[in-house]
Amino acid sequence: MKNRMILKISAIGENEGFARSAVAAFAANLEPTIDELSDLKTAVSEAVTNCVVHAYKGAESAENYIEITCEADTKACELHIELADTGCGIENVEKALQPFFTTSENAERSGMGFTIMQTFTDGCEVESSAGAGTRVRMKKKFGKKAGDNAE
Amino acid sequence: MKASATKKNGVLHFYFEGELDEHAARQIRRRIDAFIDENAAAESAVFHLTHVTFMDSTGIGFFIGRYKKLAVYSIPAYFADVGCEADKVLSLSGVYTVVPKLPPAADQYAAGQSAGQGAAGQYVAGRETDHSINGGRRA
Repeated sequence: MKNRMILKISAIGENEGFARSAVAAFAANLEPTIDELSDLKTAVSEAVTNCVVHAYKGAESAENYIEITCEADTKACELHIELADTGCGIENVEKALQPFFTTSENAERSGMGFTIMQTFTDGCEVESSAGAGTRVRMKKKFGKKAGDNAE
Repeated sequence: MKASATKKNGVLHFYFEGELDEHAARQIRRRIDAFIDENAAAESAVFHLTHVTFMDSTGIGFFIGRYKKLAVYSIPAYFADVGCEADKVLSLSGVYTVVPKLPPAADQYAAGQSAGQGAAGQYVAGRETDHSINGGRRA
């Protein structure tokens, strides 16, 4: 069975906590562990913060939007999350995905946002072009069965 | 996010409570830096994270920023009482190489809960100054 949530919020700092909490609440039906939920919230927070800080350059305008689409697959115990903005886009996605890369060296940015999204989820893809916005797609599996993590 | 700062016997203690994200960091950064400036002769500084319930990569940048600020005054910085949520993010960043974690025994000394000296050497009880630095979001 599939379940879907589409959330459209202003790209302002106040909404960072709301967005990660809303996605976590939506994921509750997939019976995540506390650790899985914590990882999900962190990954979503990174993506939303990127929209606020980078895509819309910290404009903090209620007219700038982030659209978050979540699709829960209860049979597969998976959550698919897509975050889309219509901000400035990323000129070089490959470079942006590198750990510690940041375009805001003087603003105390760690450059670890995408690395954390990749590490804390089971799949993260970034689609972007300069001036046309960015889409981040993440997948998170919950309640991993024995053997799923077998090395 | 709530934050408070205390100076005990030459050691600056910063206590954080709640969710540390980009929005929260903006609210508390300036006042923490002001407290550091006011106590430039401190011997060391400890970031207490016991009550941090959420932290993303903003926290990495935030603590490296404070580490750099303290380094201007040659004040070494440490983490104490790091919870699971914050630890996962901080470990990934490698920040512990410049801001080490105090061992649990030293945490107690740092918090003034026990007599004697901790692993970092100079921790004993005794309050000199105390400031609250609250962010915009309530925990």
